[in-house]
Parts: sequence; C-alpha cells; structure tokens
Amino acid sequence: MLKLVLRRAALGVMTLWAASVLIFAGTQILPGDLAQAVLANNATPENVAAMRHELGLDRPAVERYVEWLGHAAQGDFGKSLVNQRDVAKELAPRLYNTLFLAVYAALIAVPLALVLGVLAAAFQGRAFDHIANAATLLAISLPEYFLGYLLIKWVALYLGWFPVLANVAPETGFFGRLYLSFLPMLSLVLVIIAHMMRMTRASVLAVMASPYIEMAFLKGLPKWRVVVEHALPNALAPIINVVALNLAYLIVGVVVIEVVFVYPGLGQSMVDAVSKRDVPVVQACGLIFAAAFITLNMVADILALVSNPRLRHPR
Amino acid sequence: MTNAQTLLTIENLRIEAASQAGGKTVLVDNVSFSLRRGEVLGLIGESGAGKSTIGLSSMNYTRGGCAITGGRIVFDGENILELSEAGNRALRGVRIAYIAQSAAASFNPALTIGRQVCEVAVRHHLVGRAEAAAKAVELFKALELPDPEHFGERYPHQVSGGQLQRAMAAMAMIAEPDLLVFDEPTTALDVTTQVEVLSLFRKLIRERGTAALYITHDLAVVAQIADRILVLRHGKMVEMGAAQDILTAPKEDYTRRLVAEREAATADAFVSEGEGGREAVLTLDAVTASYAALPRVVDTVSLSMARGDTLAIVGESGSGKSTLARVIVGLLPRESGRLMFQGKELSPGLRERSREELRRIQMIYQMPDMALNPKHTLLEIIGRPVEFYLGKSKAEVRARVLELLRQIELPEHFIDRRPTELSGGQKQRVCIARALAAEPDLIICDEVTSALDPLVAEEILALLRRLQERLGLAYLFITHDLSTVRRVANTVAVMRKGKVVAYGKTAEVFSPPYHPYTELLLDSVPEMRPDWLDDVLAARKGRVEATR
Repeated sequence: MLKLVLRRAALGVMTLWAASVLIFAGTQILPGDLAQAVLANNATPENVAAMRHELGLDRPAVERYVEWLGHAAQGDFGKSLVNQRDVAKELAPRLYNTLFLAVYAALIAVPLALVLGVLAAAFQGRAFDHIANAATLLAISLPEYFLGYLLIKWVALYLGWFPVLANVAPETGFFGRLYLSFLPMLSLVLVIIAHMMRMTRASVLAVMASPYIEMAFLKGLPKWRVVVEHALPNALAPIINVVALNLAYLIVGVVVIEVVFVYPGLGQSMVDAVSKRDVPVVQACGLIFAAAFITLNMVADILALVSNPRLRHPR
Repeated sequence: MTNAQTLLTIENLRIEAASQAGGKTVLVDNVSFSLRRGEVLGLIGESGAGKSTIGLSSMNYTRGGCAITGGRIVFDGENILELSEAGNRALRGVRIAYIAQSAAASFNPALTIGRQVCEVAVRHHLVGRAEAAAKAVELFKALELPDPEHFGERYPHQVSGGQLQRAMAAMAMIAEPDLLVFDEPTTALDVTTQVEVLSLFRKLIRERGTAALYITHDLAVVAQIADRILVLRHGKMVEMGAAQDILTAPKEDYTRRLVAEREAATADAFVSEGEGGREAVLTLDAVTASYAALPRVVDTVSLSMARGDTLAIVGESGSGKSTLARVIVGLLPRESGRLMFQGKELSPGLRERSREELRRIQMIYQMPDMALNPKHTLLEIIGRPVEFYLGKSKAEVRARVLELLRQIELPEHFIDRRPTELSGGQKQRVCIARALAAEPDLIICDEVTSALDPLVAEEILALLRRLQERLGLAYLFITHDLSTVRRVANTVAVMRKGKVVAYGKTAEVFSPPYHPYTELLLDSVPEMRPDWLDDVLAARKGRVEATR
C-alpha cells in the first residue's frame, strides 16, 4: 500500500520534471529572437548582442535550463522582461485570486454534483433524473463565455444582483471577494458540475447492479441507505478521478471566464505575458499550471488507491 | 391448510418477465406449496426452472423486469403481496432472510464483515450495536469460524470462500428469522468445504427450529437437509413429496431422469482402459511454473498420455490445475522441466511455437458464454480456425463448418446464428466444434461441464466420448467434479497445492488403498442417502486434520 502510494508520488514528480523540460524547450523554440523583441525599435546589432549577453541567451540551453529550474525550485522565477519586476512577487496575488475562485467554485460544485448524482441514481428513470441530466447537459453544452455573458445579461444587468466585473483588488475583503466573484464562480460551477454529476450517477448505477446491493435490499434496508452506505463507497474511485480532473480545470482552464469577467487571475497574466513575449512570466505560469494539474491528479490517484479496501487491508 | 403450524403458503404463484421482444415470458407458472414452522423444503431443478425466482418471491422481491402477476403468498397469516414498501422492509432480513450462492459477490467489499452481519439487527432497531456485535460473535462461534471475537473486523476479501459463506449464514441468522431462503449456498464451494458448510447450516437450522427453502440443482445435497422436495422444471411443478420418496421412488419421468443421472455420477463404473503401447501424445517431465512473486503454482509435475487417452486432472480451487493447462498451451511459460508433444519438445511460450504446433492442441473453456464472441455467427466462429490453421477457401470452410455442425449434433441452419440465440449446452457444443475445426490431436477441456445443468452436462460428455472414439483424440480433462472423472477418464492425476499427489489408472487411484487426500475428496462427493452427511462427518473426525 505505502509502496504503491510512494510509487505514484514519485511518478508525479517525474511528470512534473518532464513538464518543466517541455515548458522550457517550448519557450526556447518560439520563433523570433527574444533580444530583438525586447529591444523592438532599438534593435541595432550591437544592442541585440549586448542584450543577448545580459539575458544569458549566448549560453547553452541546457545550462540555462538547469539554472532556471534550480531557481524555480526555490521560488525564484526571475525578473519580468517587460517591467523588470520580480515574477514571483508579481504573480503571487494573481495565483491567490485564481486559487480563491477555484476553491470557491469547487466548494459549491463538488458537493452539489455528488448529491445530484446520487439522487439521480436513486431516482433512475424518474422525473428528477431526467431533469437533472437534461439541465447539466445543457450547461455543459454551452460554451463557457456564452454562459458567462448570459449570466451577465440576466443576473447582473437585468436583476442587478451581482456586479458585471469581478475586479477584485488585493485590499478587497473576504466577503467582498465572495460577492464580486460570484458570477465567475457560478459560470464555472455550471460548466464543471455536469461531468462530475454524470460520473457519480453512472458509477453508482454500475455498482447498483451488484449482488451485494440486492442483498442489502433483501435485508430490508431503505433505498437511501443502500445507495449511500453500500453503493457509494464502491463507486468512489472513478468519481474521485473526475473530481480531480475538474478541479484541475478550475485552476488551469479558467482563462476564458477570467477574461469575460475581467477577473485578475493567473490565466490573464499568462495571456498578457505571451502577447508581450515576457518569457519568464510565461515559464512561471506554465510551471504553476503543470504543478497544479499534476498534483491534483496524483492526489486523486492516491485517494482512489486508498479507497480500495483490498489495498487498505491486505490479507 | 391453514393452521398455527403453517408458516408460508404459496398459492398459484405466477411470475412474468418482460422479454426483449416486448412480450411476456412466464418464469413461474401455477406453483403452490406450503411450509410448516421448522420444516425444510428443497426446491430442485435445472437452471431456468424458476427456483431462485420463487425463493425471492417469498420475500416479495423480484429481480429487474420481473413481476408477480398472479397468486397469493401468505406468510404467517398475512398476504405479503399486499404489503407496503415499509411492510416489505419490516419483513426482509428480519422475519425472512436470504443466503445467496456466492458470498464473495453478496458481501460488500468496502465494509467489514461484522458491520454487514450486524446491519439487520441494528438498522431495524432490534438490538443495540454492542448487543448485535455480541450476538454476531456467538454466531461466528456456532459456525466454527476462526477467531470469532475478531472475525467481524475483517473485510470480505480477507477470509476464504467457505468462511464467507458461513459468515453469510450468520448475517441471515442475526435477527432470528422464521424462514431462511438458501439459494444454492454451497454450489460455489469445493467439495471438501461443501461438506463442512452444509453440516453447519443443518446444525444451525435444526437447533433454532428455523424453516427453510433450500434451493439447489444437486439432489444429493438436498437429500441431506430437506424434509420434503419440490421438483420444478421450466417454472412449473413436476412433483412434490417427502425427500425419501422423491429420491427412492420418483413418480414423474423427469424426476426419474434426474435421479438416474445423479446415481450414475456416484456409481463405481469406470471407463475401460486404453490399450497399452500406443504413441505418446503429451509428456510432462518435472514441469514447474509460477506467477510473478507467488509461490510455485505448478510444482514438478510429471504426466504422460497417449492417443485416445483421457487424462483427468482433479483438485480443488487453487490446486494449480487450470494453471497447468495454461502451461501446456504456452499461455504461461514454464520455468523448468520438459514438455514433449508427439516426441518433440515444445517451447515454453506461445509465441515461439509454430502454427502447426498450436493447431494440434486446442482448448475448451468452462464458460461458453464468455468463450464465444456474441457478435459472430457460428460460421465465423467455427470457420475461423479452419481458415487460419488449414488455409481453406471460403466454400471449403463453409462445407467444413456444416460437417462440424453435424458432428456436434446441431442443425445445419444454425450456421448463420449467433451465440446469443443458443442455449448453454448448444454454446458448449459450438466451443467443441471450434476446437475440432483445427483438427487437433489433444483437446484440453477446462471444467467444460461445470457451468451446465446435470442432464445437459451428461449429453456433452457423451458427445465428447463419441468424438473421441471416431477421431482418436486425446483429452486432458480439468475438473473438480469427481463424478465426471469416473465417467470419462482412463487415467487421473490428483493435484493439491501445485503438486500431483496421486497419479495412475482411474480405477486404481479411485479404489483402496487411497492416497489420504484422494479419499477425502471422494468422501466429500455427496450421495443421495439422507444419512450420508452424518456418516461422512463421523468418518472425517481426525482424518481432516491428518491431511491438512
């Protein structure tokens, strides 16, 4: 058991390392010369050569990679090429905003999806099941920016309950943040809930066909108990994986929503940095996203392992 | 009919299932019987006879797509078909409890055994949690489970099949029900385990005076436990009577056939021995094999068989008999030892063997359902090896498939059918035809009859025998069923924990002096005498320990 968990963790670290290579290599093979781009109109050959030396671009890529990774591991992502500020300091509030929105959405979406999924399985084929399925399917089928604009039109403009722009600032208080980022959160919830709910429903239903479920009914247990106590524990592994996938999406895939609601998250920073060729920022964002994605999947796999009684309690 | 002693009365019961075509299939038709308190009624019949359906209906439960469409089920003076959902729940588990065929499948793998055993008592508020746990320990003791104080803390995968089956009896008895429904509770167990479990079940219901419906396809098993027997076929009653009468003087033709088949199974008639001095087909010399990290599953096995021979490998689950088959066909490469086939050494692995070598050894599996691709027609299934091994043209393949269908005694127009349109016995015939299509010298039969009903199994064995006489095939029979061995094999090897403990002519291995383990196996095959179980238990004391 411990061996399996450690092996999975080691695999996660390896994957993260591979991702760092890809990120570094990816930013190196971008077309055009970085020094030239930075200097723009002042790009005389002498200036470019000086700049290249200053940026370290005249050194071998492997050497620069090792240096970059070593610094990144200590939390030092270098200086922004655009404004010379420290990348880590620059990105920290952005990362906080992204995580805040992700946790906010996850805390609403995951329990809701599990409950709806279990209920849909319990009432399979009945009105509740059909309505829940159709509603979540509709929500997942709409592009997220469209959902976002629909919410802005109806909830923000027509009803006036929440602001159109989620422009939180570092000095915004906790409840202010909850209020300002309500609509982006709601759009994210609508986007991710369907996937998790349908997986919960499907895996609970698959378990419901087992002989031990029939046995539970033959013991005279009420249906909700059979579903929650007998079926759900055996349906957890696939559910955990889908939840992790969606949580990862909340962190790495929210660029569109951030743009729609002008929410100052990490995704926006990355888009800005790419357009300005601010390579250290792009690399840092890439690495943070990769780490979030890999960590969440690793945790999910480990939890799925732990949820298996055969592994938890060997013979 | 109604008096204080009557516990359960079923009158004109009719249960229907919605069939795929949209119509109705009658599963149980006009079945009536009654059961007194403390009485055990055996429900006997082949698969599809409606035994389990009737058993479950006594708890007012039907499986998906089925419905009780006629009749009355009166339990303790009350028509349970009129019960509300809450009324059903108060009945199930508390007054009527169910014991299923496979405990491994009927225990929730995610919860401890103790929790599941106590569940009925706790959830129905019969007793408190601690009291239920104490009661469970008491039942574990009565069922002779190891370490009864802590048995309940274990998870289902941590105990053996026989222990789990007994734990299911504890789970059923926790609320002290008036009626137990046993649904083939020992069928999935090894013979030696079956004896123990059966005797404990009997002790439990006799001591507590619980009435029971005992569902099984095995007349000899039901003879040990039932007061009366009801024979069912295709959902209809064939005959009902005292156990002794049904077993010794069956009135109906169908019952007579069942009894005769069962008697033949334990009769001491052996297959004639093959003539000596024929060409050896397969020789194993000190063959050893194992799965990664596990102890040896096949341990220095040496065997030999000639053309026209039937060698039976017998043993209980985990003895390594199926692994031996995988080693012979090359699915699991052997670690050491020699494997000679018609005088030539075979490579350990499947990939290193030539197509010609592969063709000569074919295999038939236990589950014809899983061995046949449901999307293929019989022409494709049987024609594929003809094409693959013998390189015949389309027209030749079709002609050959038709010939094979005749050999396995299926109508020629079946050639365009798919496995889903066939019965279990017909599917196994198709598997035989597929093996024959390669024109092999040796066919390995891995538990080929154990998924079939007794009468169907008998037909399959007879077919295999006829084919052997006509084609001079050699069979390697892998089975846990000693009656099959007696009827088909001229040589037998008894396996235990990967080793061959007894090997020789069937008549010699199966007559005194026995190897102690062979004797234990032989003694464990149920006989139809009602006092058989008592005799075995008496004879077994001490000897079980000696062979463990």
